[in-house]
Amino acid sequence: MTTATQAVKKKTAAAGGKRKRQITLVLLLLPFLVMIGIFNYAPLFGWSYAFVDYTPGVSIWDCQFVGLKYFERIFFGSGDFLRVLRNTLAISLLNILFSVLPAIFAIAISQVRSKRYAKIVQTCTSIPNFISWVLVYSMVYMLLSSEASALNTILKSLGLIEESLSPLTNVDHAWAMQVGINIWKTLGYNAIIYLSAITSIDQELYQAADVDGANTFQKIIHVTVPGLLSTFFVLLLLAISNMLSNGFDQFWLLGNGMTWDKLEVFDTYVYRMGIRNMEYSLATAMGIFKSIVSIVLLSIANLGSKKLRGVSIF
Amino acid sequence: MTTASAAMPKKKKKRLSVANTINYVVLFLLMFICVYPMWYIFINSFSTPASITRGVFILPYDFSTEAYQNLGDITNIGSSIVVAVSRTVLGTILTVFCCSFCAYILAHRYLPCKKLFYRLFIVTMYLNAGFIPYYLTVSGIGLRNNFLVYILPYAVQAYFIILIKTYIESIPGELVESAEIDGAGIVRIYWQMILPLSKPILATIVVFAAVNQWNTWSDDMYFMQGRNSANLHCLQYLLYQELQASSVVDTSSAGAAAGAGIKVSPTSLRMAMSFVTIFPILCVYPFMQRYFTKGIMLGAVKG
Repeated sequence: MTTATQAVKKKTAAAGGKRKRQITLVLLLLPFLVMIGIFNYAPLFGWSYAFVDYTPGVSIWDCQFVGLKYFERIFFGSGDFLRVLRNTLAISLLNILFSVLPAIFAIAISQVRSKRYAKIVQTCTSIPNFISWVLVYSMVYMLLSSEASALNTILKSLGLIEESLSPLTNVDHAWAMQVGINIWKTLGYNAIIYLSAITSIDQELYQAADVDGANTFQKIIHVTVPGLLSTFFVLLLLAISNMLSNGFDQFWLLGNGMTWDKLEVFDTYVYRMGIRNMEYSLATAMGIFKSIVSIVLLSIANLGSKKLRGVSIF
Repeated sequence: MTTASAAMPKKKKKRLSVANTINYVVLFLLMFICVYPMWYIFINSFSTPASITRGVFILPYDFSTEAYQNLGDITNIGSSIVVAVSRTVLGTILTVFCCSFCAYILAHRYLPCKKLFYRLFIVTMYLNAGFIPYYLTVSGIGLRNNFLVYILPYAVQAYFIILIKTYIESIPGELVESAEIDGAGIVRIYWQMILPLSKPILATIVVFAAVNQWNTWSDDMYFMQGRNSANLHCLQYLLYQELQASSVVDTSSAGAAAGAGIKVSPTSLRMAMSFVTIFPILCVYPFMQRYFTKGIMLGAVKG
């Protein structure tokens, strides 16, 4: 009898302890929920700025409601939208096109017999990824584009050119230039993931290929490449879902008055319109468009991943 | 017959070694392209301005530290270094603490509505309100011209939480349970068990967070605009300003200035400043390499 009540007491005490612990856990999590609330969820209410004539300092309730005026202005008002969309998509697609390079680079490294050399190559080529865009700008400017740049000094002393080259202000090759810089910055770093995929390929497959008399090239094409395909597809899908965000830093820094026509992308346009030209409502509307399309692209990518590999990417 | 079969592999081997040589050379060239710009900045920053206009390509020419001595002339350079270092140190500590604590709570078996809370964090990776609403919100809570804008928005990051949570879940549950039986509370278990046990993944997070903090400059441009926040700029931003100013001024006048006996040309100053900005990254890079490799792998498994 006493033992039974004791047991019941113990049980309720344990339940009470559990309850208390649950509350403590939620309370401990609360400050962090507040933080993401402020920095990630609260800005969503700012979407309402796109539907009013917003002036800074005036409460949203006192602003004139204008419905879809700003969306209409974006899509039909000027050629800006089409130009920005064209640039954003063109640069993203070019980057996606060249996203096979890290895989090829990884295969090339894996063919190196000397492990030490492979390691050095890998180390050196992934440094650029950890350099800020400001420094990339500084390097590009001083090596290639300024009057006294290394490129100009060398070409002039060889007598190949008379006028200084200025690749950063050349509007015709602006996309190629930016895509090239991006490859330079990310090639080695992006190869790391492929290198690990290569090491996880079953060695028996290579041995079997050896038995069948395959040479190195045949082994690469029939064993290594198929082994990398799934990694490639995951990265491809992620790149597709990120297509509208090709980054503010690179284009704000490396773009200039001469190349804006080709290098104005969504991220820089929103900043220029919103903060520099104080067109808050217009820039917000543009941001909403970008966010919604990105979520749609992500869902499509996820669906594609489920279909192709049976795994969702997030 | 035997000679033919003996000759075949020999021929194959030779052809392969040609391909191999090409491979080695191409890889070497790529390596060169990646490293040379940094070397170029380094050697130029240690050369006299006059030799820079002539061209310095392999080794410092007319070794001089003038450019570095003149860095002090740049307005606010001292405070910018202090700000950059403090945002890197404080920001990294805050990020690692917040993300690991969140991950621990979210992995806790007694947390109610676990899935819902976890989702709330994960969604932040994909849901982006856009720059203007973010800018207005951050300004609205008084973070403009405030040092905290460098560290608070980065404190809780869903991607890091995923990485740490995955790691914490691999820690045997019995360890935590036995600590609970011994009467250790939630916070104490975090501090004395989870943190020390998850050191490997935390090292990875430290590397990523610190590099991001050191390299970020755009929040500086967005939020530090007033005259009274002139001493709150980071080194990266000062370099950006310096570069902007110099691309406006014709560089040929710099050459003329060097010829006229003015000691430091803008170019050599920029070189020195660039090198100061890149130096910390180059210093920690060899040590951090194995950590970021691990981080990418974990992210790949999950992401």
